[in-house]
Amino acid sequence: MAGSGYLGVDVGSVSTNLVLIDERGVLQEKLYLRTQGDPISAVKEGMRRLAAVAGDTEILGVGTSGSGRKLAGVILGADCIKNEITAHAVAANCRVPGVQTVIEIGGQDSKIIILRQGIVIDFAMNTVCAAGTGSFLEQQAARLGIAIDQFGKLALGAVTPVRIAGRCAVFAESDMIHKQQMGHRIEDIISGLCEALVRNYLNNVGKGKIIEPPVVFQGGVAANAGMKAAFEKELGTQVIVPEHYDVMGALGAALMAIEEKNRKDGQSAFRGFAALNRDYATRTFECKGCPNLCEIVNITMDNETIARWGSRCGRWDSL
Amino acid sequence: MKLTFARLGNFHIAAKALFEALGIDVVLPPPPTKRTMSLGSLNSPEFACLPLKMNIGNYLEALEKGADTIVMVGGIGPCRLGLYGEVQRQILEGIGCDFKMIVVEPPQGRPDRVFRQLFEITGAQRISQYVGALRLGWSKLTAIDSLEKLALRLRPFEESKGDISFAYEATLKRIDEAGSPKEVASALENGQAAMKSACKKTDSDKPGIGIVGEVFMVLEPFANCEIEKRLGEMGVVVHRSIYLSDWVMEHVVKDVFRILRKSKLPYELARPYLCHFVGGHGVETIASTVDYARQGLDGVIQVAPFTCMPEIIAQDLLPTVSRDLGIPVMTLVLDEHSSGTGVLTRLEAFVDLVRMSRRSRR
Repeated sequence: MAGSGYLGVDVGSVSTNLVLIDERGVLQEKLYLRTQGDPISAVKEGMRRLAAVAGDTEILGVGTSGSGRKLAGVILGADCIKNEITAHAVAANCRVPGVQTVIEIGGQDSKIIILRQGIVIDFAMNTVCAAGTGSFLEQQAARLGIAIDQFGKLALGAVTPVRIAGRCAVFAESDMIHKQQMGHRIEDIISGLCEALVRNYLNNVGKGKIIEPPVVFQGGVAANAGMKAAFEKELGTQVIVPEHYDVMGALGAALMAIEEKNRKDGQSAFRGFAALNRDYATRTFECKGCPNLCEIVNITMDNETIARWGSRCGRWDSL
Repeated sequence: MKLTFARLGNFHIAAKALFEALGIDVVLPPPPTKRTMSLGSLNSPEFACLPLKMNIGNYLEALEKGADTIVMVGGIGPCRLGLYGEVQRQILEGIGCDFKMIVVEPPQGRPDRVFRQLFEITGAQRISQYVGALRLGWSKLTAIDSLEKLALRLRPFEESKGDISFAYEATLKRIDEAGSPKEVASALENGQAAMKSACKKTDSDKPGIGIVGEVFMVLEPFANCEIEKRLGEMGVVVHRSIYLSDWVMEHVVKDVFRILRKSKLPYELARPYLCHFVGGHGVETIASTVDYARQGLDGVIQVAPFTCMPEIIAQDLLPTVSRDLGIPVMTLVLDEHSSGTGVLTRLEAFVDLVRMSRRSRR
């Protein structure tokens, strides 16, 4: 793709997503990669693949999001670094205008966002429990020897979904094993698991929220047809899975980069595709300044420090 | 005797001044760090709330520094804090610490009980010495509150990031060192001037967010991941529902002298939603949220320790308050493992929400 566009990057716990959109917000390229515990390599790999198909694109702005937003922002030279809650809301509102409820379930986080007339009025994110997120579903698929992309479809073939306690991932797993040993069909067990996780989500993350249609379901887990069906059954309404459900965080980041550009109208801070050949490294050390022993992260580009963070008092933040 | 007590925000500055003016050696627990938290969690029941864990960590670090007597407040529930004095005594004895614990129970109109316990700590002294000590302690307490209020109001306007916090810390130190109410007053005045000169114009309209919730979590920056500072640096004017001097007035002074009537205002404000005492600050959390909505603030954040019953009750009622009065509310439940990053993500999103709704109202 020649011409110009905006880049959005969402570095999550499990996946790193990149999108390239044009000035009108139309998606040109998208990539979904595994973070595999190494966000820098994931971002570099993603950019390498993007450069191969769209390296001649003039990047007018860059937005980053997700738990690795700060790190990705420094490496890429981002114009806009935004939390994933806002990013998901912006993307959902752009793709499904009039959306009132966003259900987002990713690798380790799940959120609910309530919008009215395009404005976020409430949100919540799981706090002390990650049951029902992508990591747990993946682990269960692996335990049963089923490919993750088949896992959800199997649930649709259930005849009588079994009841599974979804309060805690550990208990849900022992419940599932128990049902297996009793001879229940695998389809019924997976479907029961989906229903349990949906109940858990609505009682924890969705507690006290008024869920109104249109309801949009996004994030990696939205690929799971069983989860979508379980939400529809529980909520009694149609659940929309947008076309690019898996990269909505990155899309939101890119859309906000457009807004930022319109507000500031300056040169993008993007370091360029070529900058990815530079050598990025992080080094961690413990600050001995006080008993807090903060873990300071030092990020270098070709041995030159470009960012530093992690101290409670802020003494290491300035370079 | 070397006296110590748990930390609660900046309360130690006033309490230390009070006891030292009565000739008592005070050994303060060091400022809380990860070590305090680890020591506390290691030696506390897992489902106890964060205040208990932090208290235990404080005591252990103070005992290491040579303290031998601990003062702790008691209580009559339903909040578990009322039991903590006794629970903490047993935990510390269980791990072989050598100390004496004095649990000051609420006097409920029997001031002689408090005075008897106070004599136990201070020994008999002249009335004038008590009056002087109380005056000094009180002057520090109110000066700290004034300073904190100003820092919350000015931080979003500071010219370069960290200026207000720097002036604030320096002034706290001066208040701590002051030996008389007069010195306290002048330290405060200088501090206020320094803060004002660290700001650009302070008249532009910034979003306002109220902080409500459990007293320890609201007042202790280490426990709440410095929520006030972070919000201030994001350009938000923070309104805090609890200040130490108000708390002491309401829960200590008025409880000792029953002639003074306790404020009924929280109950009046909370009545449509909660008309029963539920312990801790449950009623106040609802009342302050109602109050902030009426004042026209842009949002409210409730901070609560994980497993806190009074705040759980309030949390379940807040969505109704939020809908009725049209004010966004977010709850942060915090525990020992709460990461600053997770809290920051939620704060950023909440501030985005508040800004968006302000824009749409215009």
